[in-house]
Amino acid sequence: MTAILSVRKLEKTFGSVVAARDISLDIPAQQTVGIIGANGAGKTTFINMITGYLRPSLGTIWFEDRDITGRSSRQITRLGISRSFQVAQIFSSLTVMENICAAAAIARGPRGALAHAWRPLLSADTVGEARAAAELFQIGAYRDIRAATLPQGVRKLLDIAMAVVGWPRLLLLDEPTSGISIEEKFSLMDVVMTALKSRNITVLFVEHDMEIVSRFADRVLAFYDGTVIADGAPAQALADTRVRTFISGTRTVPEAVAGAG
Amino acid sequence: MLTAFAIVADGLVYAAYLFLVAVGLTLIFGVMKILNVTHGSFYAFGAYGAATAAGIYFDRSLPDALGFLFMILFAMGIGLILGLILERGILRLVYGKDEVVIVLVTYAVFLILEDVITLIWGPRSYGAYQPMVAAGSIDVGRLTLSNYDIGLVIIAAALALATFLALKRTRFGRLLTVVIYDRETAAAFGVNVTLVYTVTFVIGAMLGTLGGAVMAPKISVTLGIGVEVIVLAFAVVAIGGMGSIEGALVGALIVGLARAAAVHLMPQIELFIIYGVMALVLAFRPFGLFTRAEPRKI
Amino acid sequence: MSARTNLAGASAFVVLAAAALAAPAWFVSLATIAFANALVVLGLIVLWRAGLVPFGQALYYCVGAYTVALLARWVGITDAFVMLAVSGLIAGLVAYVVGFLLARYREIFFAMLSLALSMILYGVLVKTETLGSTDGFGVATPTFAGYAPHREALGLALYWLVLAVGALCAFAVSTYFRTTAGALAIPIRDNEIRIEFLGLSVNDLIHLKLVIAGVVGGLGGALAAMSIGHVDPNMSYWTTSGGFVFVTILAGASSVAAAFVGSLVFEIVRTVAVDLLPGFWQMILGSVLLLTILFLPEGLGSVFARLRGAPDRGAP
Repeated sequence: MTAILSVRKLEKTFGSVVAARDISLDIPAQQTVGIIGANGAGKTTFINMITGYLRPSLGTIWFEDRDITGRSSRQITRLGISRSFQVAQIFSSLTVMENICAAAAIARGPRGALAHAWRPLLSADTVGEARAAAELFQIGAYRDIRAATLPQGVRKLLDIAMAVVGWPRLLLLDEPTSGISIEEKFSLMDVVMTALKSRNITVLFVEHDMEIVSRFADRVLAFYDGTVIADGAPAQALADTRVRTFISGTRTVPEAVAGAG
Repeated sequence: MLTAFAIVADGLVYAAYLFLVAVGLTLIFGVMKILNVTHGSFYAFGAYGAATAAGIYFDRSLPDALGFLFMILFAMGIGLILGLILERGILRLVYGKDEVVIVLVTYAVFLILEDVITLIWGPRSYGAYQPMVAAGSIDVGRLTLSNYDIGLVIIAAALALATFLALKRTRFGRLLTVVIYDRETAAAFGVNVTLVYTVTFVIGAMLGTLGGAVMAPKISVTLGIGVEVIVLAFAVVAIGGMGSIEGALVGALIVGLARAAAVHLMPQIELFIIYGVMALVLAFRPFGLFTRAEPRKI
Repeated sequence: MSARTNLAGASAFVVLAAAALAAPAWFVSLATIAFANALVVLGLIVLWRAGLVPFGQALYYCVGAYTVALLARWVGITDAFVMLAVSGLIAGLVAYVVGFLLARYREIFFAMLSLALSMILYGVLVKTETLGSTDGFGVATPTFAGYAPHREALGLALYWLVLAVGALCAFAVSTYFRTTAGALAIPIRDNEIRIEFLGLSVNDLIHLKLVIAGVVGGLGGALAAMSIGHVDPNMSYWTTSGGFVFVTILAGASSVAAAFVGSLVFEIVRTVAVDLLPGFWQMILGSVLLLTILFLPEGLGSVFARLRGAPDRGAP
């Protein structure tokens, strides 16, 4: 199995603050990877570096045998990496359908802005693609609702649908279940994961709920203090002493270790 | 050599003028995030007020120096009243709206005040040249410098120093620094942001009228003087970085010297150079010399 | 929907074109200026929908006007169609060059930078003796593909020209609003980051909008120059831009028709106000602006939109 994403010695510093350090890992194609870690552990920084929102201070990122280190988020999206956001990033004054159509039109169209000045937003092509995506994520019922008024779960699904409509090969989900009630979390993740599997997308998702992680992830990356402290199958990674101490909170913190952190 | 000296001398005088009109604008922007177009009106009211004060004072053969002080205090008194009315009466209603909408509100008020000036002072122009004449001039080598201009530079320098010290040393100044740095946190820590806003706006208004008052002796106080000032002040503030006092100082010096150089060497580009310098600075430092854009958190 | 809008636009065009034959000459000339200015407002609407308020749109207006004036003076071209084409082209070119700087800015910075740029032109014109300095200079009477009318006939010809160009631009812009790039205006206001992460450059989109606004602004200036018969640096002054912003706020950005209706109402009110209450024009302007912002933040157009039950999508 060849890696779709390879990261070597990744580091990000903001002044004297080290937000990420010494991250090296490979993600094989079509794996579903759960990322866990406390707030400030470097999860979002990691995702932001891969998707080009932040430029790494050190290290390299390879995607499908191409060095993408330091490229803009726009270029990276064009290469086949998409993302969703902790807070759903949608166009709140457009309808659900218009949102997905906009995403589809951009993803399927040329990269220049000028070329988009000739093609109607609601063309047969984009509408068809958008319908398919809406069905895939089971938000078809909300098609003509303005995004500003959507319930939280639908907002999240719309956010992900917009990321998927460009047929990415790697998708990064930043806390897909944040802001969602515990009862809804599993059903939402079911919808998302089924959809992504059907499109053979490699997934990295950030999640705080360990039950969801063990249920949906093939592999877990545990972040602590800017770096990966455990990497393996969910059962194995979640059983790690340091993970239980620092992240899942199933073990009380020994004083000596807490002082060192 | 003489030209170089003249350029520096003229440049400093012009820079002093620019700093005086820009400092209030940048202060209000820094604290309140309002680009206050009304600043041009403050300047105009200050100049008209000073002219009126000069008219009241100088016919009575009182000491000249006190007359200048009277003009300034009179003008700043107008700034105090005007600032209070605008902040409490109008701006209060639009806090929290989009920044551009607030600019338009101040633009609307500016338009209204333009006609208010005509109502109060009529269409004729006024002079307030007495302090300028009384100050006399001094010969430096082959160059004659007006003492009033030298005084202007001193006033601007003193104001810069005073603002700097006030921000660093006084309680209110430190409070302002906190609000400039992070409004939400300041409010969360119990800073009375409403009061800070009112005081800041009034100070800004008084600085605007001060600018008009000290310039009144050098210009013909006439309709429309506020219009030019606001655009000029914006250029200065944009070069330095909006909301930054140091920025306003540096911006004023750059523009002042550049303009003086243009006047002496290539007079036909005089008006162009100010905005040309601004465009050049912004091409390399999009948010001015002293501020940086903060990336949005996602 | 779009077919109905086009039909409504076409019938409005016919009615307006015919009305000129019955209207008094002063009103025809007022409407000519109003509709020429409406083209600039049309450009403002393009930017406005993306949340951008240019305080210096008079730059393109002035460029268009001076292009017309100089074509006649230096090159000897007086054909209205050629002058229009060249004006639009040059204004668009200026917008394209300036766009490299402007497209990086948003909100106040965008507003004030565009203002400063228009003031550069003002400064240059004021200082240039060969272009008449502050007084400006006269514009030669335009001809229309060989047809050279005078007096009333000229007024009518200009009016119809303005109307035709206005209709074409309105049609083009409303078509543009339905394209991806055009429809992405409101999303730019909503969420720039999402657009970037979908793989399109927001700055490029804005650059495109700037050029469109520049071209129509230049056409507006060209038409205004032909009908006024004179150009001067004030056409680039920031208060001229302020007037365009004023009309846009008043009309709202909900439709292209708003630009024309708003502009016409503005000219009528100004003519009446300057006549009845000289010396109070700016006060009226300021008060109306203030009241509109406070009570009708989406412009007058939003009132009609609200009556129809459509969502407001006007002001930033």
